[in-house]
Amino acid sequence: MSKNFVKIDEERCKGCGLCINFCPKKVLSFSEKFNSKGYHPARQHDPDNCIGCGFCYMMCPDTAITVFKETAKV
Amino acid sequence: MAEKVMVKGNEAMAEAAVRAGCRIYFGYPITPQSEFIEYMARRMPQIEGVFLQSESEVAAVNMVYGAACTGNRVMTSTSSPGFSLMQEGVSYIAGAMLPAVFVNVVRGGPGLGDIQPAQSDYFQATKGGAHGDYHLIVLAPGSIQESVDLMEDAFRMADEYRMPVLILADGMLGQMMEPVEFPEFVKLEGINDHSAWALRGATGREANKVTSFDIDPVNLEKMNIFIQEIYKRIKAKEVRYETIGLEDAEYMLVGYGTMGRILGSVVKLARSKGIKVGLFRPITLWPFPYAELKKAAEGVKTILTVEMSMGQMVEDVRLAVEGSVPVQFYGRTGGMVPTPDEVLAELLKHV
Amino acid sequence: MTEATYKRPESLAKREFSYCPGCHHGIIHRLVAETIDELSIREKTLMVAPVGCSVFAYEFFDVDGTVAPHGRAPAVATGMKRSLPDRVVFTYQGDGDLAAIGTAEIVHAANRGEKITTIFVNNAIYGMTGGQMAPTTLLGMKTTTSPYGRKSETEGFPLHVSELLKETAGIVYLERVAVSSPQEVRKAKAAIKKAFTVQLKGLGFAMVEVLSTCPTNWGLSPVESIKWLNENMKKEYPLGVFVDKVGDLK
Repeated sequence: MSKNFVKIDEERCKGCGLCINFCPKKVLSFSEKFNSKGYHPARQHDPDNCIGCGFCYMMCPDTAITVFKETAKV
Repeated sequence: MAEKVMVKGNEAMAEAAVRAGCRIYFGYPITPQSEFIEYMARRMPQIEGVFLQSESEVAAVNMVYGAACTGNRVMTSTSSPGFSLMQEGVSYIAGAMLPAVFVNVVRGGPGLGDIQPAQSDYFQATKGGAHGDYHLIVLAPGSIQESVDLMEDAFRMADEYRMPVLILADGMLGQMMEPVEFPEFVKLEGINDHSAWALRGATGREANKVTSFDIDPVNLEKMNIFIQEIYKRIKAKEVRYETIGLEDAEYMLVGYGTMGRILGSVVKLARSKGIKVGLFRPITLWPFPYAELKKAAEGVKTILTVEMSMGQMVEDVRLAVEGSVPVQFYGRTGGMVPTPDEVLAELLKHV
Repeated sequence: MTEATYKRPESLAKREFSYCPGCHHGIIHRLVAETIDELSIREKTLMVAPVGCSVFAYEFFDVDGTVAPHGRAPAVATGMKRSLPDRVVFTYQGDGDLAAIGTAEIVHAANRGEKITTIFVNNAIYGMTGGQMAPTTLLGMKTTTSPYGRKSETEGFPLHVSELLKETAGIVYLERVAVSSPQEVRKAKAAIKKAFTVQLKGLGFAMVEVLSTCPTNWGLSPVESIKWLNENMKKEYPLGVFVDKVGDLK
């Protein structure tokens, strides 16, 4: 199992979909639920295939994404 | 104290500003103020100050805004059309509560007008030349010496009340030469500490924000009310005026700046002819000495207000006396300066 | 071990951006904040926000800041920098602010070689006021004040600010970038960092023009907007370095 994953601040997210569009592994998608602003926030539905590339973070206009990456084997 | 030296008004005010601790000047050339900016261009490098000739008055006032954000003493000088261009920035400076000093060496208007002395910018100076509920403190010197003496007050008030202060001069004060005694250099330590709000880098503290902007009307009204409270303090503390011969006066002349000085001669002239005339000369045009003028007018038969305009301050004189005394007006405009004889002749019409 | 390799920069304030979904302002803000973090200059940086969509930008950064009158940010920044030469001063301006009402101030700040940094965000439209025509609006582009499409006969041509400014002698570094893909975001970050470094070295004026979308006023989705930017804006406003005298001045 990959130890790479992203955390999405669902309240900051405005559901613009840029992270979903630019994810090379297509591990992100819109959530079914609404946040308090009325947007469908992005969610990571498939963390196992996340490579921690940071593309979603780079394209996120709302700094809603934190990327965690496996940096070294323990 | 230094001995008296013969100096041109524009240069005297510039040197006074330097002595008042101003080390940053931004400006744009315009007659009849240009000796001011030229003096600063020579003087600032001598004292490791900042001098910059901007691309326009619009830029100059915004440079003043920027430097004022850092809490350092800063000023600009201009003449009427240039001050009109600066109005946007003046409003922002007032709204953002920034200390800054302006000198307007007023010339004839409206529009391009001419380059002769005038007082036709009184409304712009005292009633708010730009948008919003704000005022400048407006100081009107009647001589070059007074313009020098008021400069330190101007910077002190700008710092103390965090607001723009305007020295309203005119082409006569700017261009003529008089013997002047300069004050000593002001020591700024401890008297203009703006570290609580100024933008100097958020080292070891929360970031400071300086703005005239608040999208929430509830907060914007609060900000305005706060500023109005400061205005109340200024009205209670800073009103200034001069009177001559009012003790037994039957007639009162009212004038400010260069005109106020000429009216001093009219008082002498009239008294030499046996007419009991006195002078009330407001020095602060905002705050205007309403109560003081009303009191001074008690027992006076007629007030004659004289201005180098078609009648602007006269409205404040009328507001001050609230109809208790008839207020007459005489004025020349477009750069024409009434002579003492001319004013006396006008006065005699009302005696 | 697993650690946060991409996270919100510390030089951003905690509050959420007020921008529309998909607007590139947020990306560009983050790049500026990352730069401030990496250069360790947060405590000596002063920012000047414009009037327009990014009027609140001074609230979004955890640095001392103000908001200038419309278009006057370069003059305000000049006043700050001359008053405190050892601080880092930058302006953040849109195309309505910088390329229309503020053309005089930006040209003269650049020409003086004012030691400030300008981030110029060009989305070819006025956003805050509701999608009016900007000087940078493309020919044929429909806006609320060019409802039949911009015509050169009556509305003139798209203004190329970077091409104009490259002729000013005081400019040390000038690049036009975009943030329409992760690769472009990386390049834009490098450009912004270089522009701040120019100021830290006291070399002169530096500006980065960033092409941006405006999904709301373009009437496109955030993803469609990027496609439109790539196909139309980049033709009118080609990316690239216009001035780089950093090497010459070292």
